Amino acid sequence: MKATVLVRPKRGILDPQGQAVESSLRHLGFEVGEARVGRLVDVELATDDRDEALAQLEQMCEQLLANPLIESYAIELESA
Amino acid sequence: MTAHTRSAFGPRPTVPVIVFPGSNDDRDAQRALEGLGAHSPRVWHTEDKLPGETAAVVLPGGFSYGDYLRCGAIARFSPVMRAVADFAADGGLVLGICNGFQILTEAGLLPGVLRPNESLSFVCRDVPLTIERTDTAFTSRCAPDQELVVPVKHGDGCWYADADLLAELAGNRQLLLRYAAGSNPNGAIADVAGVLNADGNVFGLMPHPEHAVDPLLGSVDGALILGSFVDAARLSLAAIV
Repeated sequence: MKATVLVRPKRGILDPQGQAVESSLRHLGFEVGEARVGRLVDVELATDDRDEALAQLEQMCEQLLANPLIESYAIELESA
Repeated sequence: MTAHTRSAFGPRPTVPVIVFPGSNDDRDAQRALEGLGAHSPRVWHTEDKLPGETAAVVLPGGFSYGDYLRCGAIARFSPVMRAVADFAADGGLVLGICNGFQILTEAGLLPGVLRPNESLSFVCRDVPLTIERTDTAFTSRCAPDQELVVPVKHGDGCWYADADLLAELAGNRQLLLRYAAGSNPNGAIADVAGVLNADGNVFGLMPHPEHAVDPLLGSVDGALILGSFVDAARLSLAAIV
């Protein structure tokens, strides 16, 4: 089954990339508030069991995909 | 040879330099350490153990695994890193320079994390540094209150820790190296340039001491850090024998 992991800078963590994007959007004339830049990882898993997939993805995030000191993550499983 | 770059008398300690795919300061580190009296073989990352007579280990600068995902995040899973972690857990001396520092934080051997520079620009220049204390394996050759000039060259050197961790590290005097006031090149919190672990045997820093060991390079202050480290490696060797 397929999943998408979204990794974001935690609230309160300075995000210079997000600030640069935000200011560029304003230069283009868009009225925007804060912009934050994160990372997206699409993963194909061998299992089709949703609970098993979630458990594996949690471990992937904790061990590699996110650094818990500065990043939060959200897991989205492809709907069946 | 100046007083800065002298090598002390005594046995020649083995101080391997680990080489990851994408390391690029390993030869400079090797050359600097050997000039200071160490024997420094380069050890490829697929090795699952360190040379038997290892007295200290260096993780060099570079861009291991292309800095993919986060700097140091992939290198920490190299086979040799398990051996380095075991060595450190036994009290072995470990020095991480730039990318080596990033790897040590990702591996949990040093506190905090290194983030992209606040400016989002790569910085490459000499920076003045202050030292928190001289009673460590990495600063024993420095004079108290001595200011060192050592170059930085990195895109991801913005060290970060949350307020609680920062207070704890400051209280323990683990914030060993800081950019001098007004010279912070990357936005690191509290101007931190290098951090010591709680046991005092693992140290990581963003500046490159191996690029400041000869007057031709503009500074020899890096030899104070590397020389202290080689002295400590020699002492640990004497302790074993």
